[in-house]
Amino acid sequence: MSFQIRLNKTLERLKPSGIRRFFDIASEMDDVISLSIGEPDFSTPWHIREAGIQSLEKGKTWYSPNSGLFKLRKNIAGYIKKHRGLCYDPKDEILVTVGGSEAIDLGLRSLISPGDEVLIPQPSFVCYEPLAQLAGGTVKPIVTRAEDCFRLTADALRAAITPRTRLLIMSYPNNPTGGVMRREHLEEIAAVLRDTDIFVISDEIYGELTYGQQKHVSLASIDGMQERTMLISGFSKAFAMTGWRLGYACGPRVLMKQVIKLHQYALMCAPTTAQYAAIEALENGDGDVEAMRSEYDIRRRYIVDRLNKIGLTCFDPEGAFYVFPSIKITGLTSEQFCKRLLEEKRVAVVPGTAFGESGEGFVRISYCYSLKHITEAMDRIEEFIINNGG
Amino acid sequence: MEKLLKLLDSNARLTDAQLGVMLGCSEKEISEKIAEFERCGTIRGYKAVIDWDKTDRAYVTALIELRVSPKRDLGFEGIADTIMRFDEVESVYLVSGGYDLAVIVSGRTFKDIAMFVAKRLSTLDSVLSTSTHFVLRRYKDSGVIFLGEEKDERGVL
Repeated sequence: MSFQIRLNKTLERLKPSGIRRFFDIASEMDDVISLSIGEPDFSTPWHIREAGIQSLEKGKTWYSPNSGLFKLRKNIAGYIKKHRGLCYDPKDEILVTVGGSEAIDLGLRSLISPGDEVLIPQPSFVCYEPLAQLAGGTVKPIVTRAEDCFRLTADALRAAITPRTRLLIMSYPNNPTGGVMRREHLEEIAAVLRDTDIFVISDEIYGELTYGQQKHVSLASIDGMQERTMLISGFSKAFAMTGWRLGYACGPRVLMKQVIKLHQYALMCAPTTAQYAAIEALENGDGDVEAMRSEYDIRRRYIVDRLNKIGLTCFDPEGAFYVFPSIKITGLTSEQFCKRLLEEKRVAVVPGTAFGESGEGFVRISYCYSLKHITEAMDRIEEFIINNGG
Repeated sequence: MEKLLKLLDSNARLTDAQLGVMLGCSEKEISEKIAEFERCGTIRGYKAVIDWDKTDRAYVTALIELRVSPKRDLGFEGIADTIMRFDEVESVYLVSGGYDLAVIVSGRTFKDIAMFVAKRLSTLDSVLSTSTHFVLRRYKDSGVIFLGEEKDERGVL
């Protein structure tokens, strides 16, 4: 009898990440200058690395409690209180996860039953849709538009809600657009949600990285929203700690009880070394975050100015570390643009369509690179546009 | 405007227009601010960071530790003033620790520098002793890495 591996059908049907595909092509070429990586170019600040090293030197190499080291959870509670004005009990409302990604997966699997509809504003980070589908949900994308600064509007939300809508995923500051939701915009969303029993997963991994006068506001801090929101964040982006794989989720006790149960079976606990480093990050890392943010802001201003002058118009992204220019003047699709830019000028950027169909006509450009690197890439993009009759 | 100085410190060739964009102010504001920095001596000059080993120029540098006796009224400044006026001297620092002045000297050959120290520096009245350390290789200078290419080690995801 011939043996055949039978795989999960839903999983098999999922498309591989569109970001990955371009990385694969680019990595086989020489002289490629990339603006495609979505992680800080900074190394983790030394005092944070040192805290991790010290924990290893002292032999603290065991599992931590399932929910994470209590001291870390307490620090997270203090940090969220200070920066978001929200209170969570470190005993049973906070879970330390293996990156923000794990928290997203756990949240979706804890909240969705088969057939439930999940609303995902797009363009957005690549993992929400497949993970929601794996959890048995039916995904309904909500298109956000450049003319609305890629914000979710109350009207668009209202129009997407059906009796089967169970969950809304909010992801601001947004990857890939750099869009943010200010308090007044969140108030409008909250007003729509209040009349429903829709729950929200709010992925605020880029919450520390906003530019301009106004700081990030959490949806959970809007009146009546905390009880229906799972707030997800982590250390990767703000503290340049991507490789440590550490994030966290905060939410109502009833939900977190299930989320923690799932985490306990699937992961046991987040890496202990990373947790010790994270304690230090929260205690003494605010200055580092500010220094990196300030550097990103300089690059952001430069790159937005260059792109607009080149004719790839982009709205002023107020968060994260991406710009999302329109490539309409070239008459190319996102895929064609990226492929030709890579072939002709050896510059790698990510097609907007990797973040949902509504990303057509746009590309994602990361500014997690030195100014020198960015300048060289912009010069090449400029030549590309001139050569292609822009 | 510390940000402006930091940007210039990392790359003095950025144009006023570029700096304006990066810092969110006008080109005119930048040029006025820079002029002010130059006037009051905050900005002392502009120069390129050159790896002379990549050129035909014979170029040798040395760090010289100088122990000196400070003069009444003038302290260390009298002797520092004399030393800094030699063309061979690139930098002079008053330092804490086992000696007083750290002097960076450059020349065409090791012998040039040795002769300069022997004939010009050690003969000065206030100089008690010298100790010369020749630079054999520059790995990093003025914040710029000379050794190898900077490589982006971030993996693809």
